[in-house]
Amino acid sequence: MSIFNSLRDRLSKTRNNLVNRIKETISGKASIDSNTLEQIEEILISSDVGYYLSNKIIENVRTKMLNTKDRTSDKIIFDVVKSELKKIFDNNSTSRVSESNNQAKPYIILVIGVNGAGKTTTIGKLAYNYKEQGKKVLIAASDTFRAAASEQLEIWSERAKADIVISEKSVDPSAVAYEAIEKAHKEKYDVLLIDTAGRLHTKSYLMDELVKLNRIITKKLNRAPDETLLVLDGNSGQNAVVQSDEFSKTALITGLVITKLDGTAKGGIVFQIFEKQKIPVKYIGVGEDITDLQPFNAEEFISAIVDIN
Amino acid sequence: MFEDLALKLESALKKVRGQGKLTENNISDTLREIRRILLDADVNFKVAKDFIEDVKTKALGKEVLSSITPGQLITKIIYDELVHVLGGNQSEIKINGSGITTILISGLQGSGKTTFSAKLAKKLKDNQRRSLLVAADIQRPAAVKQLQMLGEQINIPVFSLEEKDALKVVKNSIEHANENNFNTVIIDTAGRLHVDEDMMAEIEHIKNYVLPTETLFVVDAMTGQDAVNSARIFNERLNFDGIVLTKLDGDARGGAALSIRSIVGKPIKFISNGEKLNQLETFYPERLASRILGKGDVISLVEKVQENFEEIEADRLEEKIRKNEFDFEDFLKQIKAIKKMGSLSSLVGMLPGLGSQVKNMKVDDNALVKTEAIINSMTYQERKKPKILNGNRRMRIARGSGTSIQEVNRLLKQFSEMQKMMSQFSKKGFGGPMLKNYKFN
Ligand SMILES: Nc1nc2c(ncn2[C@@H]2O[C@H](COP(=O)(O)OP(=O)(O)OP(=O)(O)O)[C@@H](O)[C@H]2O)c(=O)[nH]1
Ligand SMILES: Nc1nc2c(ncn2[C@@H]2O[C@H](COP(=O)(O)OP(=O)(O)OP(=O)(O)O)[C@@H](O)[C@H]2O)c(=O)[nH]1
Ligand SMILES: [Mg+2]
Ligand SMILES: [Mg+2]
Repeated sequence: MSIFNSLRDRLSKTRNNLVNRIKETISGKASIDSNTLEQIEEILISSDVGYYLSNKIIENVRTKMLNTKDRTSDKIIFDVVKSELKKIFDNNSTSRVSESNNQAKPYIILVIGVNGAGKTTTIGKLAYNYKEQGKKVLIAASDTFRAAASEQLEIWSERAKADIVISEKSVDPSAVAYEAIEKAHKEKYDVLLIDTAGRLHTKSYLMDELVKLNRIITKKLNRAPDETLLVLDGNSGQNAVVQSDEFSKTALITGLVITKLDGTAKGGIVFQIFEKQKIPVKYIGVGEDITDLQPFNAEEFISAIVDIN
Repeated sequence: MFEDLALKLESALKKVRGQGKLTENNISDTLREIRRILLDADVNFKVAKDFIEDVKTKALGKEVLSSITPGQLITKIIYDELVHVLGGNQSEIKINGSGITTILISGLQGSGKTTFSAKLAKKLKDNQRRSLLVAADIQRPAAVKQLQMLGEQINIPVFSLEEKDALKVVKNSIEHANENNFNTVIIDTAGRLHVDEDMMAEIEHIKNYVLPTETLFVVDAMTGQDAVNSARIFNERLNFDGIVLTKLDGDARGGAALSIRSIVGKPIKFISNGEKLNQLETFYPERLASRILGKGDVISLVEKVQENFEEIEADRLEEKIRKNEFDFEDFLKQIKAIKKMGSLSSLVGMLPGLGSQVKNMKVDDNALVKTEAIINSMTYQERKKPKILNGNRRMRIARGSGTSIQEVNRLLKQFSEMQKMMSQFSKKGFGGPMLKNYKFN
């Protein structure tokens, strides 16, 4: 390289630095190397965090980085990304504490979600968890629609050694729930888990059915279900935000369950749901075995997204 | 609020002169917007990037017709390319002329394999084929029972065995089909994750044993960014023949289909859009392309604009506006041109980025009808020289058009204001200014 070239190079670097500094002063944001920015964007978007939120996070990161001297270290930058992600959860953790009373008996958990998300499997796993804690557990087969839904649930109840209410006569999900609540009261169950049929939120008659189910449970109990869990497929993309919006119209959702995180999908969609709806994640599903349900841990979850290596 | 709408309408319809060709500059905003749209539709990050880069390379330097903007043209090119990528080498499933046709169904957990297997059997039955459904999912609780119940609904026999080895079930089922004169075997398998080595090996063995006529990969339309990984690995292991996109009866935009299509290059063969067994459709790339790009139907706008606003007419009009000779005769032509493109509200609804605003806004198509009636009741002379419209003439026009004198007066007032505005608009400004100043209510 000629002296002239290298001089020009150095000059242009100085110039760029100057330009950057002016830009930073005006915008109040750090200029970060465009490769790094793209890398952050890719990590976030590829985890289904979504375009809007990813960019918002990046802007926040740049604001934070303004007073950081060393912006060449990826480690420092990615730590800021993590703390920004963490902040989303922190900001919201207080807003929707489950209204449930842990002492309620029977403690009633309603499980809802779109088709094939993992509701029935999650109920099996939850039943097992509660049994492990020494609780008396009952399951209600309120999915009266899908082929072999109750047979599937019955197998799970056997695996969990929990009891189950399957109505032979009724095709009405509310009637099954009603019967199960009566039984739970009478026979002093600690926990009642209610499975429902998968439904797409675009089908109003199915959403109405859920409203009715919720109403009947509430009436029978004199209180809302202690938990209403919305089950989301960890593979799902931006539609999960719409799902949480729409299902929220049928019942007060107290928590999310993100399933199938044993694959390579990251479940980043929950950040947007958190931001918008403030619904906490309660559990994650990490496999098809009865023990494959874990309590949600924000830090681990975020690390799984950001620490690619 | 209407002002804002009219502005957008104006800029969309305005001819962009001096932008004869597509350049990096005049399409960059649109491309950025398209990228956002693709990402919101769950198209994979890398796929979206490559796709846009690709289209850009092909499009740079293209001539822009003077009646549309570079942004509109590039949007149309994107749409066409999307249709092309989604639909290329589209094909029906293969059916063997003689012997047994075997169809292997694969995919992630809960994607809709079992439901689709039954739907396909029903469809083939309608085509006079004798299908046997095979319950090779020995993992999921009551999977066999589920398939049996579905088979019962459509009167298709289901083969199953009390067996812990899926391959063995499949082997036996083929024998059974041979002995019992079935000409089609549809094998429903357990859902599996692409990173589950044991399960992937299992289905690979099944594939290698059966050598299916057709192997299909079933994918949920709601799938996000990771679709590329699962599809790539399933394809590496099974080299499947086609894709089935399920749950399209929801409102997911289905961008995953573009990701998968670009990554594995296999055709989408079926659309599953409901839980009922007759809810199976063939795939139309145009529909999915529109769905991915969203509701603002940019494409038909572009086409309609092209059709209707003939260049010569435009030039003539421009000339008249420049000379401040725009009269009711021209106004009437404009209204007719707008009507030819559909109602004003539908025209407005087609503009990109306006969708949600328009929903909450009433554009009164009736006002346009009234205006037309009023102008129609004028004589040719009156239209050319609105100044001669005295009280008597106005009364006559009101009666003739079934409107009130107030309505006629209001139109005349708006028209003269419009003329004033136009004279200030010495250049260009075709379509835009008059719509902007014309109050539709
Ligand atoms: N790998 C994995 N698979 C899961 C997980 N949770 C559920 N599944 C599988 O996903 C599929 C669907 O699960 P279900 O529990 O039947 O889902 P659902 O929401 O009850 O489905 P519908 O009632 O049909 O709407 C099954 O094959 C489950 O084994 C998980 O955490 N990891
Ligand atoms: N709305 C809608 N639901 C569907 C469609 N296809 C399947 N489903 C539902 O999605 C859920 C899962 O469908 P299955 O056919 O059991 O899926 P699968 O892939 O066989 O699931 P596994 O065997 O557990 O991996 C069920 O509730 C089906 O009724 C569809 O096109 N639209
Ligand atoms: Mg279920
Ligand atoms: Mg199945």
